[in-house]
Amino acid sequence: MKTTIVPLGPQHPVLPEPLSFDLVLDNERVIDAVPSIGFIHRGLELLAPKRDFEEYVMIAERVCGICSFMHGMGYSSAVESVLALPVPRRARQLRVILAELSRVHSHLLWLGLAADAFGFENLFMQTWRLREEVLDMFEETTGGRVIFNIVKVGGMRKDIEDATLSRISSRLTAMKPQLKEITDIFLNDYTVKHRLSGLAVLPEAEARELGVVGPMLRASGVVSDQRLGNPMYEGLRWEAAVEKDGDCHARCRVRVKEIFQSIDIIAQAAGAMAADGIAAKIASAPNGEAFYRAEQPRGEAIYYVRGNGTRMLERFRLRTPTFANVPAVVKLLKGTELADVPTIILTIDPCISCMER
Amino acid sequence: MSLKKSPWLLHYDGSSCNGCDIEVLACLTPLYDAERFGVINTGNPRHADLLLLTGSINHQNEEVVRNLYAQMPEPKVVLAVGICATSGGVFADCYNVKGGADKVLPVDVYVPGCAARPEAIIDGIVRALGVLEQKRAAAEAKK
Ligand code: SF4
Repeated sequence: MKTTIVPLGPQHPVLPEPLSFDLVLDNERVIDAVPSIGFIHRGLELLAPKRDFEEYVMIAERVCGICSFMHGMGYSSAVESVLALPVPRRARQLRVILAELSRVHSHLLWLGLAADAFGFENLFMQTWRLREEVLDMFEETTGGRVIFNIVKVGGMRKDIEDATLSRISSRLTAMKPQLKEITDIFLNDYTVKHRLSGLAVLPEAEARELGVVGPMLRASGVVSDQRLGNPMYEGLRWEAAVEKDGDCHARCRVRVKEIFQSIDIIAQAAGAMAADGIAAKIASAPNGEAFYRAEQPRGEAIYYVRGNGTRMLERFRLRTPTFANVPAVVKLLKGTELADVPTIILTIDPCISCMER
Repeated sequence: MSLKKSPWLLHYDGSSCNGCDIEVLACLTPLYDAERFGVINTGNPRHADLLLLTGSINHQNEEVVRNLYAQMPEPKVVLAVGICATSGGVFADCYNVKGGADKVLPVDVYVPGCAARPEAIIDGIVRALGVLEQKRAAAEAKK
């Protein structure tokens, strides 16, 4: 058999970020996919021993510009558990609200990129138009569109007034009809279904075996969401979005469900705000180790910190969802057509800057 | 003149946090719509007049960036977007980060910010168009 090797990336129109695959092809069929990484690697974990642990939150936020808030929160939560800090309830509620808002914006971003990948540019533009409204809310409450610097070890850096929160929540609710109009296209449109249904199926057993996380895992029928059982989400009513089919369209459906679900969670949290302050006082430096698991828009992220009683941490380690999902993509690509490759890569919602840190 | 009216743009993401890339993409979408200046985002360096870099230069992508630049036709303009592309930013001390885009390419326009705001990026693009026009006129005069 004569095979051809086609390089995809690191610079490729479909991927805003440099991910690179060498695709081994037999005519149009993919026989093997060999990923190569490192184009974005910065090595920011090793900055942790050089920075004050409170300052490092700013570096942690810049792991990734899409989940920036969640990275700051995950890192802070890990340090807080080493310090055994009692984070006020209000701070935790504010974190839930901003985290869910991040999920809405991230999923909208993904829907847009996915539409672009299967050649529906108009849909991409419309989805991103709605996403701008969410970014407006970020700007109104934190001052930033991408990087917020609002979370800190012990709680939050600044408060958001109750009135602002309820305004945001009603603005989100008012967006629902528009969101529905757009997401209905993803769910029901003939062309979209044609491109996504039955493509790159990941059965449940394989999903478990490969250690897949996040919407990708839930689209294969596994109920797994790190928000379940997280004390931050206590008292909020929601359930994990799960689909059975395991194909690209199921992954899309999971994310669509989660957009509406996050809006509901925000409404619940904003309606029951506590008033016990926004930050706990830090009296000591972290001594010991801890890890924290957060459910990011792309799946579970694990933050590990180890301190030695000084202001600098000894080690910070981060395992990100894309890193866990890449082996599955390599598997899924085998046997597919070249024309479907960008779509399949996109359905895991790859975030390369997270993956490579 | 036609060059200034419809410049094509090539975006490459260096060693970044992704924040600036997303903002670059946001520039193309309805709210900001950089395409009204005739800018089109292309994936092919052979078609591009502007090279927009986000993120810093690291040991792995250095070669890629040089390559992309070499493949673009003259005259060409380089735009460094975000503080990472300007100097390495918060990551300047990382072991794998060499520094800003000007470590390997002649940068014409710098857009500061972390993340750079879409308005600032569009402003940078418009400035870059001016530089492109100057370069074109200079090349013309030499003929
Ligand atoms: S300048 Fe800031 S937002 Fe932009 S890529 Fe660098 S760290 Fe991210």
